[in-house]
Amino acid sequence: MRSVWALAAMAALSVLTASTATLAGEPKQGGILRMYHRDSPANASILEGATYSINVPFMGVFNNLVIYDQHIAQNSPDTLRPELAESWTWSSDNKKLTFKLRQGVKWHDGKPFTSADVKCTFDLLMGKSQQKLRQNPRKSWYSEVNDVTPNGEFEVSFDLKRPQPSLLAMLASGYTPIYPCHVSPADMRTRPIGTGPFKFVEFKANESIKLTKNPDYWKKGLPYLDGIEYTIITNRSTAILAFVAGKFDMTFPTHITIPLLKDIKSQAPNAICVVEPTNVSTNIIVNSSSAPFDNIDIRRAMAMALDRKAFVDILFEGQADIGGTMLPPPQGIWGMPKDKLATIPGYGPDVNASREEAKKLMQKAGYGPDKHLAVKVSTRNLAEYRDPAVILIDQLKSIYIDGELDVVETANWFPKVARKDYMLGLNLTGNSVDDPDQSFYENYSCGSERNYTNYCNREIEKLFDVQSQETDISKRKPLVWEIDKKLQEDVARPIIFHARAGTCWQPYVKGVTIMSNSSYNGFRYEDVWLDK
Amino acid sequence: MFAYLVRRLFLMLVTLFGISVVIFFLLRIVPGNIVDILFAAAGYVDPADKVDLEKQLGIDQPLVMQYLHWISGLLHGDLGYSYVSEKPALQEILPRIPITARLAGLALLFSASIGIPLGVISAVKQGTRLDYALRVISLSGLSLPSFWLGLLILTASVAMFGQMPIFNPNPQTWLEAFATYAVPAAAVGFRSAALTMRITRSSMLEVLRQDYIRTARAKGASDAAVNYHHALKNAILPVITVIGIEAAFLIGGLIVTETVFNIPGVARFLVEAIRWRDYPIVQNLVMLIAVVVVSANFIVDMLYAVFDPRIRYTD
Repeated sequence: MRSVWALAAMAALSVLTASTATLAGEPKQGGILRMYHRDSPANASILEGATYSINVPFMGVFNNLVIYDQHIAQNSPDTLRPELAESWTWSSDNKKLTFKLRQGVKWHDGKPFTSADVKCTFDLLMGKSQQKLRQNPRKSWYSEVNDVTPNGEFEVSFDLKRPQPSLLAMLASGYTPIYPCHVSPADMRTRPIGTGPFKFVEFKANESIKLTKNPDYWKKGLPYLDGIEYTIITNRSTAILAFVAGKFDMTFPTHITIPLLKDIKSQAPNAICVVEPTNVSTNIIVNSSSAPFDNIDIRRAMAMALDRKAFVDILFEGQADIGGTMLPPPQGIWGMPKDKLATIPGYGPDVNASREEAKKLMQKAGYGPDKHLAVKVSTRNLAEYRDPAVILIDQLKSIYIDGELDVVETANWFPKVARKDYMLGLNLTGNSVDDPDQSFYENYSCGSERNYTNYCNREIEKLFDVQSQETDISKRKPLVWEIDKKLQEDVARPIIFHARAGTCWQPYVKGVTIMSNSSYNGFRYEDVWLDK
Repeated sequence: MFAYLVRRLFLMLVTLFGISVVIFFLLRIVPGNIVDILFAAAGYVDPADKVDLEKQLGIDQPLVMQYLHWISGLLHGDLGYSYVSEKPALQEILPRIPITARLAGLALLFSASIGIPLGVISAVKQGTRLDYALRVISLSGLSLPSFWLGLLILTASVAMFGQMPIFNPNPQTWLEAFATYAVPAAAVGFRSAALTMRITRSSMLEVLRQDYIRTARAKGASDAAVNYHHALKNAILPVITVIGIEAAFLIGGLIVTETVFNIPGVARFLVEAIRWRDYPIVQNLVMLIAVVVVSANFIVDMLYAVFDPRIRYTD
């Protein structure tokens, strides 16, 4: 009987899917997609950027070797698709990744795309090129790559020091476009040239970014849009009012906070809005190189005092996720299951019991009701940093820690952290690819530039390498969970929550998918169209 | 008068030189530079890359050398390159000046054309309901921040008409230009209109009590002639001073108004440049503002002589 019901349900679902597809209609050519941009990016060079203020507007100018399917919200190894590469193969020892490249592709200035461009791009990224990127925030992604070698004009190989299956994930990130050899990095900052569906027209700082259709795009019939125009509006209220008034077809992706989402839905009820995790975690960085947080008991007590649900309820009206380093499921591929998470001290359901334990640890370290520990909680002067820092200070009171908010201007934040001139810091960490290699090596490996706390545990580093070389996902996942658990128990960088945010568009905008486990990889927009 | 003019011009130059020193060194005292900000935005710090970049931008040089480099460039009409956009600073600044100048000009026009007549009416009708109503309006103008007023206007226009005034960067006609700038100019000019109204009112009240006004009335001059010919002409000096000072202070209001109405003018650009510690943009722009302020003061002093024949500048 159950199977009959299941069949009926499947039939109903397929009818529904078919009718939805019919209703959506055939894509229409033409029109300019008008969006606002939340701020003025420093430049147009995605390889030098580390914020999606850069890769949202400029991702459409480029192509990658491979890319995540732009219409499957969850990035995973199963959703990798060829782009400038037609196909890829691994050598039998998994130490050589060879791409067969697409022929007949042209840069926007008419010059042909070849394997030399791929080599140039990765030489730049690996710091091997004579030309230098002004900044190279993702150099560590390619630390296992020995060399990139062209084999003729349309084939290229990545020779690895050891197997690293997740290299493909890095190559599929919106942060890994292929740059042309014949354009200097300086020109790529001001007048980027790519092979992508949209050509760069102009970027006026604080004003607008304009892209136009690439009529010679190698994917015939695409893009559907004549162009994309971003108006830079730094004031969120003005931007949202303009969207409500119909001046824009779409908001800047993941720019809408949960409380603001209600306003939009009440003022523009037809707008389509989605809320997705951004894969940005709010976490605590601990200066464990000096007192008092060189004492593991105090670090653990602090982690155990956290009431993560309170953060989520206050800041996100319940719509955010609690997890470890990796984004929690179901959107996250690698996050710990709930039952495993609950076994980590401070993650259990009984916050009061956890705080009682924490108090004991504090008393062991010499603090108590009569002797409170005074700490400064440093954070950047931005609302998304300040607000959780205030809640953190309030929660720490429960275990004899008196926190004082130390607000630091953005310009001084990283120098201060690098100098270790802080006790506790409230920090945000964005993961551009939902893959353990990106997160572990970048944020927790000894000597990494983004390892702000200088956490260094050689035993865990060995485990990083073990999971990194594992090709079978079902075997890799438990390893990743184990590492994540250890990182939380070591209080390396306690994760408080993973944020969610909203994106809205007008109902006539079709073909937009907001990625559910990445804020950086879904802005090619080559098959977005306007139904009007 | 000529000698006075020369002296004033010389003093202007000395003042501008002093300002240039203050701007330059104060800007360097502010913690963090463009390289820090760029690395902060990238989320990491590479000490070697940092040193390279500082060298490339010339901010590793001694401050005095940097200052001399800037001033000598300025004297040759070379404003340097923006650290952020890597375009010539002049090319970045120049197109934005007319936008802010139009907005500021219209705001001042709004301020004078609303503030002076209403101030006169308020004074002439002292103690009446109209006077009280105008005083309430002027007080509210002084109390409402322009960003709040701007947001209120935007919210109301969206809520009531489903429309929003949007900035038109290339108005083709005077009417289009007026439509583009009128609302933001009113938002930013409301405060100075209120101030102008109050100053005009108090100045007029003082003048209207003078003997020569009574004499004019006794001679049978009409109310209009007394109020506008005899009284206003003598009451206008403090008003001119206030409008001159307001022109200098307007930049503060323009920053928020340009942000709220998303106008790509020079004021908002300055704030962004400060955020990035984009020295070539900030120091040249602040210098430009200094020139405007010093010139406004100079013009006000000259207008004193024009409006009040009793004032004569002598050697």
